[in-house]
Amino acid sequence: MSILVKEGTRVLVQGITGDFGARHARLSIDYGSQVVAGVTPGKGGQVFEHGGKKVPIFNTVADAARQTGATVSAIFVPPPFAADAILECVDADLDLAVAITEGIPVRDMVRAKRAMQGRRTRLIGPNCPGLVTPGRGDKSHGGCRIGIAPGYIHRRGNVGVVSRSGTLTYEAVWQLTCRGKGQSTCVGIGGDPVNGTSHLDVIKLFNDDPETEAIIMIGEIGGNAEVEAARWIKQHCKKPVAGFIAGATAPAGRRMGHAGAVIGGAEDTAAAKIKIFKECGISVAETPSDMADALLRVWKG
Amino acid sequence: MNIHEHQAKALFEKFGVAVPKGIAVQKASDFESAVGQLDAKGGLMVKSQIHAGGRGKGVFTDGFKGGVKFAPTREKALEHAKAMLGNTLVTAQTGPEGRKVQTIYFTEAANLGKRPDGRDDEYYLAILLDRATSRPVIVASTEGGVEIEKVAHDTPERIFKVHVDPAAGLQAYQARQVAFALGFTGELHKQCVALVSKLYAFFWEKDCSMVEVNPLLVTAEGRLLALDAKVSFDDNALFRHPDVVALRDLNEEDAKEIEASKFGLSYIALDGNIACLVNGAGLAMSTMDIIQHFGGSPANFLDVGGGASKEQVAAAFKIILGDPNVKGILVNIFGGIMDCNVIATGIVEAVKETGLKLPLVVRLEGNNVEAGKATLAASGLTIVSGDSMADAARKIVGLVTK
Repeated sequence: MSILVKEGTRVLVQGITGDFGARHARLSIDYGSQVVAGVTPGKGGQVFEHGGKKVPIFNTVADAARQTGATVSAIFVPPPFAADAILECVDADLDLAVAITEGIPVRDMVRAKRAMQGRRTRLIGPNCPGLVTPGRGDKSHGGCRIGIAPGYIHRRGNVGVVSRSGTLTYEAVWQLTCRGKGQSTCVGIGGDPVNGTSHLDVIKLFNDDPETEAIIMIGEIGGNAEVEAARWIKQHCKKPVAGFIAGATAPAGRRMGHAGAVIGGAEDTAAAKIKIFKECGISVAETPSDMADALLRVWKG
Repeated sequence: MNIHEHQAKALFEKFGVAVPKGIAVQKASDFESAVGQLDAKGGLMVKSQIHAGGRGKGVFTDGFKGGVKFAPTREKALEHAKAMLGNTLVTAQTGPEGRKVQTIYFTEAANLGKRPDGRDDEYYLAILLDRATSRPVIVASTEGGVEIEKVAHDTPERIFKVHVDPAAGLQAYQARQVAFALGFTGELHKQCVALVSKLYAFFWEKDCSMVEVNPLLVTAEGRLLALDAKVSFDDNALFRHPDVVALRDLNEEDAKEIEASKFGLSYIALDGNIACLVNGAGLAMSTMDIIQHFGGSPANFLDVGGGASKEQVAAAFKIILGDPNVKGILVNIFGGIMDCNVIATGIVEAVKETGLKLPLVVRLEGNNVEAGKATLAASGLTIVSGDSMADAARKIVGLVTK
C-alpha cells in the first residue's frame, strides 16, 4: 500500500498542452506513471504523443474521467484559471486534484476551498511539487508521479514524507535513498496559506497506512499547521516521526518565497515550533542535512 | 504589495469609509497651498508617509523627533513638514538605516471623544485571512491606538473575532456583532455596522491581504473616523487590479529586490556576510538556517526557482555582489529536474564575468551532477565543493571567518 496514489493510478493532466504541463507529463510517462488523458478546453480530440504513447486530449475533466477512468488530476493551469480548474475536478467527482500552479490569488482559493466542503474530491496544493509513490523498478521506475518532483531520487520503501516545500522534500528523500531507506509516498502539500490538504491530514493517512512504518514531517515558519499535527501525533500516532522546521533565521514579517512563510503569531516562529515538536516526541533534525538521520535515531528500519 | 496611508485612505473614501480630510504633498513648494485648503481650527496633523509602522515614536537621523506630529497652527504644520520631507525616519520597523520621507500627508486633526475614565475613545478594527479556517476574519477591539499584539497577549478577552463564510459573504448580523462587541449604541451603532460592511467590501473586492484601522476613532461630535489606515494587497491578485498596481511606490522597495524580480528571482537582503544562492524557497530558507547553525550569518535569501537558467544564475551573482557586506558565497542547488551541468556552467561564467575574488562554496546534487562537478573542477577557478548542505555550510563559514 501507499497513500493517495499507487502504481497504476490513472492520471489526467489539466494544461497538458502548455510548456510546463507538457514537460512534466512527459517526465511522468518516462517514469512509468499512467498518464491516461489531457484536458485543454478547445483542444478536445487532439492527441499528446510521447515515447510511443498517445494520450487523448479532452475539452472537459468530466469527459476525460468518464472515457479514460482517470481518478486523479495534475493541474498545470495558469494562476488566473487555476481555481476554476480545481472546481472542475470537484464537479467531475475525481478522487484527487493536485494543483501545481504557483501564484493563485488567495481569494480564489478561499472560495474554492469553501466550495469543496462536503464533496468527495481531495485537493493537494496549490503551489506544490505534487506527490510520488515510488515504483519497484530501477530508480523507482513504475511508480506514480504527479507533479514536478524528480522521480529517480526515490526508492520504494516504508517512510512517509510530508512537506510544504519542493526542494526540501527532495533533500529529505535523497538522504533516505542514499541510506538505503525507501519511501511509501512523498507528499508536497504546498507553500500557500490556503491549501487543500494539511500536514495533519497526511499524517493521519500515513498512520493508517500499513506500508508506512515511519514519517518525516517538514515544516516552515508561519501558521500553526505543523503544531496542530505535532499535538495530534503525541496523542494518536503509532509510528516514529522525525521533523524539521525551516526559517529559523527568517526576519519577522517578510515573505520568503512561500506566501505561507510569514511570521505572525506566538506559535509560528521556528523556535516555538521546534520546541513543540520536541514536547510531542518528534525527533528534530538540527539542520536540513540531518533529516534522514533524525529519523534513523528513532527508527531502525 | 503595500501602499501608503494617504493612498489607503483615498481608497477608503471611495468605498464610503469616513476618514479625516487630508492632502498628500511631495514638494515643499506645495505645502502652503495644501494647508490652506484644510480647516486648521482644531489643529492639523503632519504625517510622514513611509511603508513602516511606529512612525509616531520614530526619530529622524538628524535628531528631529516624531514622524507624525500635531500642529496647533498652519505655521507650525509647515515647520514640521519642512523638518520631515527628505529626512530619513527610523522606526522600530524600518531597521537602523531608516526610510527617506518623500511624501507628507496633512490632515485635519480630529476632535477626540473621551471615555468616562478620561481615555481617548479609540478602537481597533482589521480584516485579514485566518489561515486556520481559510476564511476572512474581522478582528475588533475596544483597545485602539495601542499595539494590538500586546492587547492580544495581555487581555485576549478584549479581542473580538468574526469569521466570514466566503460562500455567503459578510452578513448584516455579523457587522452588528462587531458593533455590539465594541459597545456602540444608537447612532454610533449604525455608523459602525455601515463602516464594517464597507470595509469588508473593500477587502474582498480589491483582494487585500490585510486592512487595518488603528485607531478607529469616535470624535467629540459622535462621528466614527478611520484615523489611520494600513492596507496590503495579495501580490498574486494584482493582475486583476491595475488601479492598485498604479499605487506601487518603488522608492519604498529594496532596489536589489526589484532588480531580482525582473529575472524571476526572489531576493531578500539580510544583514549577514555570507550570501547564498539556492533553488526553491524551503531549501533557501534552510540554507540560511544552516549557515547560522555553523556560526555564520546569512547576507540574503535568494531563490532562483525550480528551473533556473544560466542567465538567472548570472543575474543572481551580480545582485549578491552588489551587497558590500558579502564576504563569501554559498551556492546550494538540488537539481531534481534541471541539469546540474547547466547550473555549473552558469556559475563558471558568472565568476569569470564578475572577476569574483571572494570564497565560493558550491554544493550540487541531483540530475547530471557528475558532469556539473567536472565543469567546476575543469574551470581552473578556486571553487570549493561541498558534499552535503552541512559540509558546504561548514566550509563557507570557515573560509569567511578565517
